[in-house]
Order: sequence, then C-alpha cells, then structure tokens
Amino acid sequence: MITELGHFALILAFMIAIVQTVVPLIGAHKRWPGWMAVAEPAAQAQFLFTAFSFGALTWAFVTSDFSVRLVTLNSHSAKPMLYKISGTWGNHEGSMLLWVLIVSLFGAAASIWGGGLPPTLKARVLSVQASIGVAFFGFILFTSNPFLRLGNPPFDGQDLNPLLQDPGLAFHPPFLYLGYVGLSMAFSFAVAALIEGRVDAAWGRWVRPWTLAAWIFLTIGIALGSWWAYYELGWGGFWFWDPVENASFMPWLLSAALLHSAIVVEKRESLKSWTILLAILAFGFSLIGTFIVRSGLLTSVHAFANDPERGVVILAIMAFFTGGALALFAQRAQAMEAKGVFSMVSRESALVANNLLLAVSCFVVFVGTLWPVVAEMAFDRKLSVGAPFFNAAFPPFMVALGLLLPVGSVLPWKRAKFGKTLWRLRYAAALSLALAGLIWAMQADKSLLGPVGALLGAWIVSGAAMDLWQRAGRSDKLARLMRLPRADWGKSVAHAGMGVTIFAIAGLTAWQTEDIRVANLNEPFDVGPYQMVLTDVEEGRGPNYFTTMGVVEVTRNGRDIATLRPEKRVYPVAQMPTTEAAIDYRFTRDLYVVIGDAQAGGGFTMRTYIKPFANWIWGGCLLMALGGLLSLSDRRFRVAAGAKKTTAQGAPAE
Amino acid sequence: MIRMFKAVMAVLLLSMTPALAVQPDEVLEDPVLEERARDLSKGLRCLVCRNENIDESNADLARDLRLLVRERLVAGDSNDEAMDFIVDRYGEYVLLKPTTRGANWLLWAAGPMMLVLALAVALMYLRKRSVAGGAPEDRGLSETEQARLKEILDE
Repeated sequence: MITELGHFALILAFMIAIVQTVVPLIGAHKRWPGWMAVAEPAAQAQFLFTAFSFGALTWAFVTSDFSVRLVTLNSHSAKPMLYKISGTWGNHEGSMLLWVLIVSLFGAAASIWGGGLPPTLKARVLSVQASIGVAFFGFILFTSNPFLRLGNPPFDGQDLNPLLQDPGLAFHPPFLYLGYVGLSMAFSFAVAALIEGRVDAAWGRWVRPWTLAAWIFLTIGIALGSWWAYYELGWGGFWFWDPVENASFMPWLLSAALLHSAIVVEKRESLKSWTILLAILAFGFSLIGTFIVRSGLLTSVHAFANDPERGVVILAIMAFFTGGALALFAQRAQAMEAKGVFSMVSRESALVANNLLLAVSCFVVFVGTLWPVVAEMAFDRKLSVGAPFFNAAFPPFMVALGLLLPVGSVLPWKRAKFGKTLWRLRYAAALSLALAGLIWAMQADKSLLGPVGALLGAWIVSGAAMDLWQRAGRSDKLARLMRLPRADWGKSVAHAGMGVTIFAIAGLTAWQTEDIRVANLNEPFDVGPYQMVLTDVEEGRGPNYFTTMGVVEVTRNGRDIATLRPEKRVYPVAQMPTTEAAIDYRFTRDLYVVIGDAQAGGGFTMRTYIKPFANWIWGGCLLMALGGLLSLSDRRFRVAAGAKKTTAQGAPAE
Repeated sequence: MIRMFKAVMAVLLLSMTPALAVQPDEVLEDPVLEERARDLSKGLRCLVCRNENIDESNADLARDLRLLVRERLVAGDSNDEAMDFIVDRYGEYVLLKPTTRGANWLLWAAGPMMLVLALAVALMYLRKRSVAGGAPEDRGLSETEQARLKEILDE
C-alpha cells in the first residue's frame, strides 16, 4: 500500500513540476504576479511529494518488502539496517529517485530563501529548476520505475553488492548527488538570467551561495568515495582516474572555477558571460557524469548495472538542457556588457588565470575520458586511456595553479604591482623553498615528486596564513583576526586545505613502502621500522558473510604499536569475495595490512604498506569543505538571503 | 549443522577466493628487475576487468600477464621490447598510457593546445578590459546618461 502511495506521490510531483515549469514562465513573461506566485507553493509541494515517494521506497527496503522488484534485486533480509537504508540509493532506480529528490529540494530551498530575488527572476529560476525535475520524473516513471511489483515475491532478496556495504559508501552517493544536482541551481540561475537578459552584481551574489553549497557537497562526496576506495579495494589506491571518478571530478573543477568567477561578477561586474557559460557547463558535466555512469558507454569499476537504452534517454535530456542553454547563451551573451576596468596585474586577472587553469584541466580530463570512444568510432582503434595518461597530463595544471594561488589571493583589485605583492609573500616563499630543499637533500632517490609536493603545499598553506595575518592590520592583531569576515577565513582555510591535499598526494605517492610476502604463523618479519607477526588466523561469520580474519601484532623496537585484523570476506548470496584491509591510522602515516590466500606450504599471503600522510589527503578535503562552510555562513549571504530590504546593489568592495 | 556450515564455507572459499594482486611467488629475485616489472605492470590493463591495471588486479588473466612481463624481462628484454611484445599479442587496448601514434597525438596535444588558445583569448580579454578608456570615471557620459542628466537638471 505504502509503495503504491509512493508511486502515486511521484506521479503527482511530476504533474506539479510540469505546472511549475509552464505557469511561472508565462507569468514572468507577461508580468502577471498571480501566475508567477505559483512557483513557490509548487516548488514546496513538489519537494514534499517527492520526499514522501522516496520515504515510501526507503520503507520498502527497511521492511524488506520483496514483492517490490527493486528490493528483491538489491536487498536481503539478513543485511544490516544501515545497508538496507543505503540500499535505497545503491541501485539505478533508487539513485535516480534520490537525484530528483535533490532537484526538488534545491528548488524548495530557493523558494524559501530566495526572498530577496526580484519576482520575475525568482519565477524563472524556479521554472527552469522544475523543468529539470520534469525531465527526470519522466525518465524515472517511464524507463526506471522503482515501484514495480513482482507477481510472485521470493522468500529473500539477491543482496546488495558487498563492496557497497560499507559506511563510507553508504553516504557517498547522497553527498555526491547533493553536489551534482546542487549545480542545477547555478544552471537555473544562469538560464533565468539569460531569459531575463540581465546579469549584475546582485546576480553574482545570489548564485554564489548555491554554487558554494554544491561545491562543498561535491568535495565531501568525492573525498568519501576516494576514502572508500582507499580502505575497501585492498591495495590502498585512492584515485584511479576511472571514468566514473572523472565524471564527478569534472563538475568539481568547473564549480570551483564558477565560485571564483562569480566573485568577479559580484565585486567587479566583469566576466559575466563567462560565468554564465561556466554555470551551464558545470551542470552540463553533471549530466554527462550521470550519463557515463548509467549508459555503459565506458567501462568502469563503479558503474551501475547499466542499460544503453536508458543511456540514450539521459543523452537526450543532456542534449536538451545543455544544448538549449548554450543556444540561449549564444543568442543573449552579447547583451551582457562588462563594466569593471582593471589592469593586467590585478585580482581580477589572477581569477581569470584561476578559471583558465581549472577549465583547461577539466578539458584534459574530459578528452582523456572520452578518447577511447572517439578513437573507436572515428579511427577504429580500440584503446585505453588510464591513470598513466592522466598522471602525466593533469598535474602540470595543478602545479601552475598552486604556484599562482597565494599570489593571486593577496593581489589587490583593479590595479596592483607584481613585485610588491611578491615581497609581501617573502616569508612564505622562503619557508616553502627551504622545506623543499631540505626534503630534496634528505630523500634517498632523486625523484622530484616529494619536494615539488612539499613546495606547493607549504607555499599555499603559508600563503593563506600570511594573507589572513596581513589582513588583520598592524595593531591588536589577534582581536582583529577574530573579527575578520568569515568569508576571509573561509577563503584561507579552503586554500590551505587544497595545499594540504596536494602535499599529501605527492608525499604518499613518493614515499610509500610496500611489502609482499608469505607470512607464516608466529614468524616475525620487518616492514620499514616495524616488526610484524601473524599470530592467528580465525574463521568466523558476520550477519551476511563468512570471514577469514588474521591477527597481526605490530611492534616497534619492542613497543606495542597495534593489533591489526585484516579480513577476507565472502558474501554467499551475492557470490562475491571482498578484502577488508586493517589499517592503523596515525597522524603522519597509515599502516595498511591485507591478508590473502592460504599457501600450500603453510602461511598466508600478506601485503603491508606504510603510507605516509594518507590521512592528510582527506584532511585537506575536509578543510576545503570547512572553508566553504565558513564562507557560506558569512554575513553577506545571511543578510542577502532573507532580507527583502537589500536592494540589488553590488556588495561593497573590500 | 556446524559441520555443514563449515563444509559449505570451505567450498565457497575455495571456489571464489580472490587472489591478491601481486603474489609472493611471482616476485623476482632481482630487485631491479622486479621494480621494472612493477612499473610496466602499472601501465598494462587487465583485459577482463573494468579499468584496472594488472598490478592491482586479482584476475587470473592479470596474473598470467604479470608472469609474462617478468618472463620477458628475465629473458633480457628492455622495457620497450617487453611492452612491444605484449602489445603485439594483446593489441593496443592493453596499454593504459596510449601511444602518440596516429590520431592519438590529438589526445596528447589537446591540453596544451587548449591552454594556448585559452591564454590567447584571456589575454585579449584582459587587454580590452585594461585599455577600455582607463577608469570608468574618465570616460565621458554615454548618450543615454547625458539625456538622463539633462532630464534631472531640467526637473
């Protein structure tokens, strides 16, 4: 019954979305307030019905209602509760429902907090947002309906892919979707502004918090996914340049660019048409991502069981929205005259450079991801483009970005002197050069990776610190530091996070140690400075799996460090084995142990890694997200959000 | 019951245990050769997997390829010779780092070309913004602004 109600609610939400697309758009065109006002209650009702529908599906999973086809295919009565819930979005149909839930969530949020928006713009934004909803409601109802029943329900389900039964991955998709779909808000604002024919500082200020929110979620989502890969896949890789990872990374790069260019729109009324284009492209890449994950066009470790026919529908949706928006852009972009004037050396120029590097690096990822398809269709060559390509082609852009970042972030607006700005950063430069030199001298092999990573990391982090320090003025520094706008803190924290992540990736890649061997019971062996001994191997069973668990005692010079229990699991229902690495997390390194097969001559295969600075990768991502949050909580946005008083003036330049 | 459970489990474990990526029995005696083999393995695709290299893959085919790489290196092949040998057998698809041959130059040049193009466009934009008549206050009033000014003065 609840399932049918959920189905019905979904259809209702679809209908409401159609109304919300058409009525306010006409209303805004004809200036009919009544028609425009339809958008707000419609957006909220659409969200409520979608939420109910999603709740109904979750209920079916929680109660293991195997008469629902989707539950049978993706759940099992013995599965722990957390994974019953996360199973709701661990499959194609459910995840699309989550997708559209978030589309309507953002629409509802804009209707509630968009009080300061001019009525026509607001009506158009909500209408465009609803049109995205219409496309995906239709897609779900006509091709991927999650509420279908089975005539003869089985006694038990077929279980969720065991790799997905993990806390990290349970929350990875919701965050990722909040990010992907959050960009739809920037898209709606961009298209609404194009229809309106007007982009000004106020537009830049309205679109920024939405982009920032999407970017924060995307950052957390990507970090969770990469952390999951790190501990779950069994060799401690954290980024594979897999098509699906790239699909989430491209919107991240573009939304980062969009965040920065929207600042220029807000403060200086320049870069308008470029910012609009970025907003369209950022969401366009989210759609491409959805298409890649679900069409089976590219093979990937993460892909859903996919279906080319659905892929075609998503391709059509993508073509409609991206193509339509770009056509509108081509027609209207000329109307957006830039106002600000600035010299070649200025904050504006630095932000242009930021956008250039982020956009081109995104382009590189895009070309690399799609090249196998292009090569096969156009040149009849079946080839692969894998991690080695991206590792060669992508980092140069990040190095350039990292070198520019601290300089750009302290350059004054409008007009600046390059030498003077560099002089302000002299301590940061000296510190990072000294650190890089020290590491270069200390490390055994003469690889550049470690020193360059340290140089960039230290340069960005100390540059961000100096930026804050100098902003605080000369006297009474500490009190002033605390009173700085949260946006300033957010900027420095997020930049520092980026520095930490760059350093950690370089450090981990350059200085990791690996040991592969057959470990016999109670025969100690050395890995780096640690003495390890496999003391026991136990067989056992969990709620829905069998396990072989090794017990490894780790000591260092006689001092106990940790007892690690690496596991090998077999999920009988899904017919799938997994490895569960045991990791001793420390501040400066992870000790990562994986147990393998029993050997014929006794003993077990064991792999041990010492991974320096592993935690810092995700620590840096967290800092980036935290910086975004600080910035989002800045007074500027809070005031702009609710208050009707604020007129459509630009923010005062700081 | 317990015996049955154990029997079932033993069968399951035997039939579907994942062989871990590189096995200890594959590792070469010579650390230099082994290092080279690992490097090469990271650039070779496991053909039956989804986008994994053979160094990380658990599949049997990946193991065969790893052994083949080591065999070639022990036989005295250079890195390039060993790679060519494998590409001859398995096709270009096996290379994770595509060559620059044929149309692939486009793939490799796409980034740098786009960078140059974007730089040119950005520089043109910046020039336009920086010479657009100096600061806005230096520019005279536009026609509409003059008309508006007149309107205000006349009031």
